Amino acid sequence: MRRVYMDNAATTSLAPEVLEQMMPYLTNIYGNPSSVHSFGREAKAGVDKARQQLAKALNAELDEIIFTGCGTESDNTVLLGVAERYKSKGNHIITTNIEHHAILHTCEYLEKHGCEVTYLPVDENGMVTAEQVKNAIRDNTVLVSVMFANNEVGTIMPIAEIGKVCKEKGVFFHTDAVQAVGHVPIDVKAMNIDMLSLSAHKFHGPKGVGALYVRRGIRLPSHIMGGAQERGRRAGTENTAGIVGLGAAIELACSNMEENARRMTALRNRLMEGIEREIPYVKLNGHRTERLPNNVNYSIKFIEGESILLMLDMNGIAASSGSACTSGSLDPSHVLLALGLPHEIAHGSVRLTLGDDTTEEDVDYVIDVLKKTAERLRAMSPLYKGQINK
Amino acid sequence: MYTEKVLDHFSNPRNMGELQDANGVGMVGNAKCGDIMQMFLKIDDDGIIEDVGFKTFGCGAAIATSSMATEMIKGKSINEALNLSNAAVVEALEGLPPQKIHCSVLAEEAVKAALEDYYKRKGVDMPEELKKKAEHKDVHEVQE
Repeated sequence: MRRVYMDNAATTSLAPEVLEQMMPYLTNIYGNPSSVHSFGREAKAGVDKARQQLAKALNAELDEIIFTGCGTESDNTVLLGVAERYKSKGNHIITTNIEHHAILHTCEYLEKHGCEVTYLPVDENGMVTAEQVKNAIRDNTVLVSVMFANNEVGTIMPIAEIGKVCKEKGVFFHTDAVQAVGHVPIDVKAMNIDMLSLSAHKFHGPKGVGALYVRRGIRLPSHIMGGAQERGRRAGTENTAGIVGLGAAIELACSNMEENARRMTALRNRLMEGIEREIPYVKLNGHRTERLPNNVNYSIKFIEGESILLMLDMNGIAASSGSACTSGSLDPSHVLLALGLPHEIAHGSVRLTLGDDTTEEDVDYVIDVLKKTAERLRAMSPLYKGQINK
Repeated sequence: MYTEKVLDHFSNPRNMGELQDANGVGMVGNAKCGDIMQMFLKIDDDGIIEDVGFKTFGCGAAIATSSMATEMIKGKSINEALNLSNAAVVEALEGLPPQKIHCSVLAEEAVKAALEDYYKRKGVDMPEELKKKAEHKDVHEVQE
């Protein structure tokens, strides 16, 4: 059976070139980067190179990069760290209502511990404006955290404009860029980004390694306490092979970014056009143009998301959904509800995220299977009957 | 996460579709929660469920439990259909994940709602000894 992986927002495959660069650090170069001997120095050199690769990709300085265990750790470090370290500056945080749970659950925790949090509502396309951020900033605002691009619906936020507002107002600006890094150009200086979270496995790097960019002059406490790794900002022996993989993956992604984005956007548009042409009663979720080159998200009305996923899976297609049945809770995804979707439409969402290896044939196959899936499930749906009779 | 049996009933649902000559129809659940089940029964003069059909909006478990429930009541008497418990449906499917048990409850309720409708259409009261068995949650309003 044909197998098509269209869940690249969940995770990506490890690029063979990246694995190749990691291999020595999983075998011969096993020293501890903190050791003074030659074994340690060899390992340290790999970590140093990765730091250079990542700093270059973001237009950051070497001492502004901290390697972490994952994107979630990076997000947690920023929120908990700023709230603790800059308490005297203020206790008010501004974020959006469609952030990843790594941000939202941490904000909820902070609310229980003396912080005030404003959750800016997004519009029907999943967008917030710099104006909204500006109007929400108060005297006691210490941090603005707005995701670069949304993981479910792919909407890209006006990060540079928000960065400018935060700079003018003297408020720290963090962006969870886990879905954007390696896919769209990012310049932390030009965009006035003070802190940025990323994760290697979202751009064909390995799992278990992330990074945090922290602008010079901002001091965040380490929440993993121990040794002096990462200049005392993140203790624990480095995941050397993982860090080397992150560096190799970001370099690879940036070297092909323009061409990749062009190719991916064409495939994405082919998929969107196909779905809209072949399947009646669908609704695009997220912004039509200001969206990640690899993200497609539709609600297919009158049917339910988990059923769609099961049927796609039976045909070898990997996708995801914001339906309640796939989240393990009774409510559909908070992102889709924040876009103003009624529950029943949110339950019928399907997210297809393309990868470097996606082909036109894959896209056409997915359109065909999705069309048949929709027809089959609608034939079973008591909701669809009413629609045909109308 | 699903047993072979569940996946089988999901991909090859039994008795799927509307019965044009149904004399008892019940609908339970609501779109807001993500599952709606509609059960169609054709009951003969001897009180035997001659034919049965279903339509379901919902997850894999919702579709599989509807399918299994129709199979378990087809050819049975009203009394036997009222004895159908959600646990029996789960057992017949060789298990459901804990968060999907409510789908089997919905299937049981759909059968009961259809039987209640059958008596209502006939214009006769349900026999006292069946009334207690037929108790189920109110049919939710379907939102579109």
